[in-house]
Amino acid sequence: MDFNFIPLAFGEVFSPTTAAYALAAIGLAVHFGFAGLLNFGQAGFMALGGYAFAVTTVIFGLPVWMGFLMVIAVSVVFALILGIPTLRLRADYLSIVTIAAAEIVRLSVKTPEFSDVTGGSEGINGAGRVFNEATNPLPDGRWGVGVLTYSSAQWWLIIVGWAMVAIACLLVWLLTRSPWGRVLRGIREDEDAVRSLGKNVYQYKMQALIIGGVIGGFGGFLFILPRSLQPDNYGTQMTFFLYTILLLGGAATVFGPVLGSIIFWVVLSLSDGVLSLLVSNGWLPIATTQQGPIRFIIVGVALMLLVIFRPQGILGKKKEALFSA
Amino acid sequence: MPEKTPVSDILAGEAAPGCAKKDPILVADHVSRHFGGLTAVDVAHVEIPRGSITALIGPNGAGKTTLFNLLTGFDKPNTGTWTFDGQSLGGVPAFKVARRGMVRTFQLTKALSAMTVIENMRLGATGQGGENVFASVIRPLWRGREAEITEQAEGLLARFKLDTKRDDYAGSLSGGQRKLLEMARALMTRPKMIMLDEPMAGVNPALTQSLLEHILSLKDDGTTVLFVEHDMHMVNEIADWVIVMAEGKVVAEGPPSTVMNDQAVIDAYLGAHHDVDLGTIEGRLEVAEEMDSEAVREEAEEEAEAAGIPVEHATPDAEATPAKTPRKKPAAKDEVTP
Ligand SMILES: Nc1ncnc2c1ncn2[C@@H]1O[C@H](COP(=O)(O)OP(=O)(O)O)[C@@H](O)[C@H]1O
Ligand SMILES: [Mg+2]
Repeated sequence: MDFNFIPLAFGEVFSPTTAAYALAAIGLAVHFGFAGLLNFGQAGFMALGGYAFAVTTVIFGLPVWMGFLMVIAVSVVFALILGIPTLRLRADYLSIVTIAAAEIVRLSVKTPEFSDVTGGSEGINGAGRVFNEATNPLPDGRWGVGVLTYSSAQWWLIIVGWAMVAIACLLVWLLTRSPWGRVLRGIREDEDAVRSLGKNVYQYKMQALIIGGVIGGFGGFLFILPRSLQPDNYGTQMTFFLYTILLLGGAATVFGPVLGSIIFWVVLSLSDGVLSLLVSNGWLPIATTQQGPIRFIIVGVALMLLVIFRPQGILGKKKEALFSA
Repeated sequence: MPEKTPVSDILAGEAAPGCAKKDPILVADHVSRHFGGLTAVDVAHVEIPRGSITALIGPNGAGKTTLFNLLTGFDKPNTGTWTFDGQSLGGVPAFKVARRGMVRTFQLTKALSAMTVIENMRLGATGQGGENVFASVIRPLWRGREAEITEQAEGLLARFKLDTKRDDYAGSLSGGQRKLLEMARALMTRPKMIMLDEPMAGVNPALTQSLLEHILSLKDDGTTVLFVEHDMHMVNEIADWVIVMAEGKVVAEGPPSTVMNDQAVIDAYLGAHHDVDLGTIEGRLEVAEEMDSEAVREEAEEEAEAAGIPVEHATPDAEATPAKTPRKKPAAKDEVTP
């Protein structure tokens, strides 16, 4: 019997993909957790971040730092496009617009008309290679233990990914414990109360949308480094994974998204391994193709239980959830 | 008990609906608001005297809250202009109205439940540079101001007897304490004029007396107060001036001692009590009680005596028996026991 899935699942704890999702979920925490903005289009920010970097560096061959600037610029513009018409309206307008906008992004980059720049439905290959060649200071080689042995390029991704997560956590921590964060928490609960005290609510919501969006854009950048850029990765499913991660860890916490992402990917990977084992030994009467969906049923049930028994998430404060309900 | 502002200091001419004041802080003209076919507010002209306590009264649905919303930028009027402290406020967004010194509270309390009492208070403060997104990440830039703000907040909390609740979540407070917190938080902005929408609704009768004193002390500090209240005993006790609204219009104005006996006011209140059977003497006495109006009471009592119904002659001495009226209104709708 092959028990390699156990260390492999452990490897998810620090994989670059876990970091990418953690980063995007931190952005979503700024939106939803701290500002109360129901952004259902975080996948759109990730897609734009990924494309901004890949198009700049792979297609146009420009330097990596210009790719970063484009990630920021494109995320800011997307946040403005989403926010300007909706942030003065009731909260639900933003959620409808963000769902639609994220889908528009995904379908637009797929169209053959733009395929010279976006690669059409094929996407773009090689952003990870370009980034590694331009920035990796590590010597060639492979290090690690057993199945968790990675190449120099993979280690570099892990380091960069988690460094970005750490920076985002620090930034969000500084922001949320400040008077700025206090205004935001007030807005989350009752905009009119905050308005009546002379705060420009619209401006704060826009700032939160931009900050969370830029962090989400960098999540998209991280996400494409270990794989090729595929437009269909950025469907609504990705946004819902991010919400799962966020609610799991605690929406209004700094480290909740990080813990949520780690648990999400470890559980997904473990359940995949266990199911494979059961199926291949004929202990479970299902086909291998049913394995994938079953994993998500498990995640879904776990999320339901969590929301019922610990609505504030693993790291959230119980009282805040109680009184804001 | 501080002295009431004499009527001669307030009034510039005759007391009448929309009459001119000697030193108005707020002047509104032709402010109207329609909801579909309903005219919620249609105020031709009204002036609020500076530095005094003005009560805005009127039966339920008279348009008092809507007028508050319009004047403070929380709602847009169909017509109208108004100035505060000489500056036009028409079309100015709510947060800018507050920054200019006109701050309101809400009929349905808006204490921020998931924040602690002291954080609610700090949120009200002005001039905190740390509320700027860039400055916020550098703590030394705003730490000093935060200490000042905290001191100001603690002073107010002590004054409102909320200091023992400093670190409790606002959601754990009683309805009355939340009203107090909302008022204290509004004062953190150091307003020129504070507009209180039913500040006593839901407040424990044991607290109402101290709440009245708080409102009086605002006047001593030079703050103009405009408040909506149903309990006429309280209006009589603290208001320098009373403005009566009915069906969206200002129907009467005057000092509290006389305004409740104005025929227009009596008609407005009697007209609004569809729920009370005004054909019966008991019904009219009930309205008289709510209005605290001598005229209505005497009329009803005379009729009662003529009809041979025994009536208790209540001594209408608000000073001696404050808040003796049982509250007719149900306790504030937003009372939520956590
Ligand atoms: N948002 C609204 N939509 C429709 N009608 C409203 C709205 N707000 C208030 N009204 C109506 O306007 C009238 C005045 O209401 P309001 O200002 O709340 O009265 P008051 O505060 O004097 O009791 C009432 O008839 C009320 O039903
Ligand atoms: Mg009202």
